[in-house]
Amino acid sequence: MPIKRKARVNRRECVACGCCAAVCPKKAISIEHGVYADVDETKCVGCSRCALECPASAIHMEVMSHEA
Amino acid sequence: MKHKRHWYDYLWIVSVLYLIAGFFNILFAWLGLLCFFIPLLIAAISGSKAYCNRYCGRGQLFARLGGLGMSRRKDVPRFLKSPYFRYGFLIFFFAMFFLMLWNTYLVFAGAKDLSQVVTLLWTFQVPWHWAYHGTLFSQRVAQFAFGFYSVMLTSTVLGLVTMILFKPRSWCVYCPMGTMTQLICKARLVTSSQKEESHTDIMKM
Repeated sequence: MPIKRKARVNRRECVACGCCAAVCPKKAISIEHGVYADVDETKCVGCSRCALECPASAIHMEVMSHEA
Repeated sequence: MKHKRHWYDYLWIVSVLYLIAGFFNILFAWLGLLCFFIPLLIAAISGSKAYCNRYCGRGQLFARLGGLGMSRRKDVPRFLKSPYFRYGFLIFFFAMFFLMLWNTYLVFAGAKDLSQVVTLLWTFQVPWHWAYHGTLFSQRVAQFAFGFYSVMLTSTVLGLVTMILFKPRSWCVYCPMGTMTQLICKARLVTSSQKEESHTDIMKM
């Protein structure tokens, strides 16, 4: 079974700039209340583009231990 | 899969044109006030960072240049994203902004002559007299334009340097406007959740 990865946002470090949402190919990220980015895990395919783009490096890819 | 491009994905062109226009006629600098008021109004009225997220031409410009391979794409240093630095830079930026307004006032009051220079990084005075062709209005209109263009050019230079050294949109981490709009949004979120709480309290009663 392939390893499942999902983007996780560190809300403390998120500056809500929206770079992640702009590069997300699945439109899985939204900026909530102008304060932090929120990842819709049902849409996230774990491509990690958002994590690479995030200027605050506030997104990391989390390996899901079991099928999500 | 590529996103469908919207009109606002091209606002980076406006940012470039703005800087070029100020090179020819400094009075164009006044248009930069839009980059101050629009994000604040959006944050205050709708409680979102739609400006940063969609319309910020400067952010787009950095993202584009980074996309051309001009960025090292390294993590920004930890201190740069700490609240101390972000809020500290916001305060510093505004202190410098008010100093600039004060200088404008001094020219208006006749205590100072119009200085046709652009001050880079709050320190280096770059001659800019070729962009001044007189003004229909008073000299303080021109003085403010020189001062405001200095602010815009300085932040662009800082943004370009951190774009090259770190992630393309590193500027967004310490952008004073971004910090301020996020603060406004946070305040709105807190007050609205408090309202909701008191509302449910009333419901319970």
